[in-house]
Amino acid sequence: MRIVLRSATVAAITLGLVACNGSDSPGNASNDETATSETGDTAKPFDKDPYPSTYTPYPSQPVLLRNATVYDGIGGVFEEHDVLIRDGSIAELGESLEVDDDVEVINAAGKFVTPGIIDNHSHLGVYPSPGVSAHQDGNEVSAPVTAEVWAEHGLWPQDPGFTRALAGGVTSMQILPGSANLFGGRGVTIKNVLSRTVQGMKFPEAPYTLKMACGENPKRVYGYGGGGFPGGAPYSRMGNVAGYRSSWIEAQEYKRKWDAWEEDGEGDMPGRDLELDTLKGVLEGDILVHMHCYRADEMAQVIDMSKEFGYKVTSFHHAVESYKIADRLAEEKICSSMWADWWGFKMEAYDGIRENIPLVHEAGACAIVHSDSDIGIQRLNQEAAKALADGRRAGLDISKADAWTWLSANPAKSLGIFDKTGSLEAGKDGDIVVWSADPFSVYAQAEKVFIDGALMFDRTDSSLMPVTDFELGQPGEGDMK
Amino acid sequence: MIRSTLAALMATVSLGYMAQAQSVTVTNAKLWTGNEVVEDATVVITDGTVVSAGADITLPEDAQPLDAEGAWVTPGIFSAFSRTGIVEVGAETTTNDTLAPQSTFGAALDMADAFNPNATTVPVTRIEGVTRIAVAPGFGSGMFGGRGLIADTSGDANSVTASQAFSFINIGEGGAALTGGSRPATWATLRGALEDARTYPARYNALEDGDVLNRLDAAALAPASRGQQLLLIAASRASDLRNVIALKEENPQLNIALVGAHEGWMVAEELAAADIPVIIDPYANLPGRFESLGATQHNAERLIDAGVTTALAYLDDDSHQARLVLQSAGNAVANGVSHDNALRAITSAPADIFGMDGLGTVEPGSRGDLVIWDGDPLDVMSAPVSVFIDGVEQSLESRQTELRDRYLTLDESERPLAYRR
Repeated sequence: MRIVLRSATVAAITLGLVACNGSDSPGNASNDETATSETGDTAKPFDKDPYPSTYTPYPSQPVLLRNATVYDGIGGVFEEHDVLIRDGSIAELGESLEVDDDVEVINAAGKFVTPGIIDNHSHLGVYPSPGVSAHQDGNEVSAPVTAEVWAEHGLWPQDPGFTRALAGGVTSMQILPGSANLFGGRGVTIKNVLSRTVQGMKFPEAPYTLKMACGENPKRVYGYGGGGFPGGAPYSRMGNVAGYRSSWIEAQEYKRKWDAWEEDGEGDMPGRDLELDTLKGVLEGDILVHMHCYRADEMAQVIDMSKEFGYKVTSFHHAVESYKIADRLAEEKICSSMWADWWGFKMEAYDGIRENIPLVHEAGACAIVHSDSDIGIQRLNQEAAKALADGRRAGLDISKADAWTWLSANPAKSLGIFDKTGSLEAGKDGDIVVWSADPFSVYAQAEKVFIDGALMFDRTDSSLMPVTDFELGQPGEGDMK
Repeated sequence: MIRSTLAALMATVSLGYMAQAQSVTVTNAKLWTGNEVVEDATVVITDGTVVSAGADITLPEDAQPLDAEGAWVTPGIFSAFSRTGIVEVGAETTTNDTLAPQSTFGAALDMADAFNPNATTVPVTRIEGVTRIAVAPGFGSGMFGGRGLIADTSGDANSVTASQAFSFINIGEGGAALTGGSRPATWATLRGALEDARTYPARYNALEDGDVLNRLDAAALAPASRGQQLLLIAASRASDLRNVIALKEENPQLNIALVGAHEGWMVAEELAAADIPVIIDPYANLPGRFESLGATQHNAERLIDAGVTTALAYLDDDSHQARLVLQSAGNAVANGVSHDNALRAITSAPADIFGMDGLGTVEPGSRGDLVIWDGDPLDVMSAPVSVFIDGVEQSLESRQTELRDRYLTLDESERPLAYRR
């Protein structure tokens, strides 16, 4: 599902960048491989990754976390286990591992170790703190279809919210455009490692995503003209769906034109359209659809629409009524990115219940705990715990170990990065959290957060608590937050 | 199992949840009284009032004691700040009585005129153990939001405990926007309004007008201006909080409490000395506005350590999620507040702030609001197994639990799910 660079020209450019960075990171190295191996493929005349990740893992020493309780993120729980992190990756999980002298051994007895939390719905950086007017970069409200905009182009890497999310054990996240538009634009997946640039945070080789939105928001923003009447389309849910379908029809025509040109190799290159580039990427399976959709009946409409045009919805977001069609979502293999208990702030959130997440899980569908909040992102483990407890009270027998799939593995799958992170399996990125206690307790805190094996946060060491530029010289600089 | 014992009890008393006080005796409780934890405690409630509570209590002769088997028992939780019961669906203005941007009136707006005991938010809040809520107005047309109330969450017709319990005003960035655009405009407005209110009705008889307030608003703000009613002030920045402290020095009769107080820890000693309590959201740790640059989750710890009376609330969604105050309090513990002080901040401290004697405590003479828990009340996997308000056992059902029960299985082979309830 990743974005594949196909042309020799692009390969050369990419190689050039790698050389400039002097990097040998796994991410860039595999870009290199991709480019080389794909050199013979059909030539593509433009770069599909023009703002490439420059993230490289920070230096790390081998670390052994000794005698912890480990949730491996894929349903396993292991008492008194060790986790070995080496070369930035998870090397081994086992009992009483023997290690060489070069390995730093951290006594984790009484602690809990989990994969880093992955939030697949954040607006950090695009709606940063402080939330002043100049910082409202998350919704390109100028039109109902803005598939041409990319969240990464509005993302401010100095958002103090990243540091708070880190203290909550979040190691990766998806930054999405807002839900004003039918097509809000592309999302971007990042490692939660502060950088001077957005490119420096981008998760290497993560596929692009497309944000879409159902329901009340698009029709309120456009149809009601921000309170004035009449506004433009869409004014109703009918208009929403007509809007999506019209765009998909355009995208199909655009794709046909490009496919024909690439097939024949004759004539002028078709004119490029940024909006349709993105939609075409969805139709080709390269770009994953994340769609804000609360109501069950609307999700069912969207599922039919995705079949009408031949694409797949990866995850419905907020999905407050997923519990009403959990069977269908399981059948279609569509994830639901959910809050534990938000409800009632608008009509389409009125039927929110506390058992939504566990009911979706129980139906065999992919359940994800998401935040959509700079506050919520700091305690997603607690949101999972609430949902789990409410599910159990309703008679659903779900283990804590299984519930952790809501926080790491399932969001990683929804972002196309599960081959790299989201579980404690050997060879995966060393994205790991050491918790002071069972993270299903309100009292547990992330003590240490490793990202690609590097210790990026330590609650006991103020030198490992990053402070963004914005907070320098301000009240509370460097305070425990 | 406590659950089955209680379920049996509920089966006997739950028919229609008749709003009649009953005699309730709970034994073997790990009781938070509002002031301390007492192990092996007994609580006896008669005619809606706690008659005895603590260790070594002699049971009434006719008691049918409910053995809590060591479970946590607390007073009903008191949400120190909410909009519960005055808005049904936030974005639907026809259902939202929190604010009135087009109103001529401000201070005169009385949330008791809006409070709806049948709002779906009320049972949703109750079944999480929250039995009392402070219900505050929003801000529509000016810095004077109006008057708030204290209610119980029984859903009964007479569930307003105290109407016009406080007046709510807004200073800082929010207040500036509501008074013409700057802090100086806010303070000129506030000083003028307090003068109008304090001199009501004489000023209005002599001059026929106030400087700031119309006649009804002046009448409404008069009790607060004279210290006869709590004046709740939303403010965040340390300098704004100092201005509030100065206001109280200039007007010692005022009974002031703060809401928000993100930078409260920076002036904690001064707040304690001025005897100004605070209602804060322990989650607030982001510089979301320039007035909250110093926000930290250690605010609660530092304020309490300095001796400031501190209540906790969940301010992110105060209409539908006031129930989350328990999780907020648990997080305060994770960030340095003692378990006792966190419990105090959601029981007796808010009762103190609002002057509600008999609420937030389980002591002889307290009102019979009691919650029996299946675990540590502050931990996120815990929940109430039994809730009493004024000695009456409450339903633990809500519209949400009905939806849940309808959709527990999705089998429609016989009839659509709409036939299942």
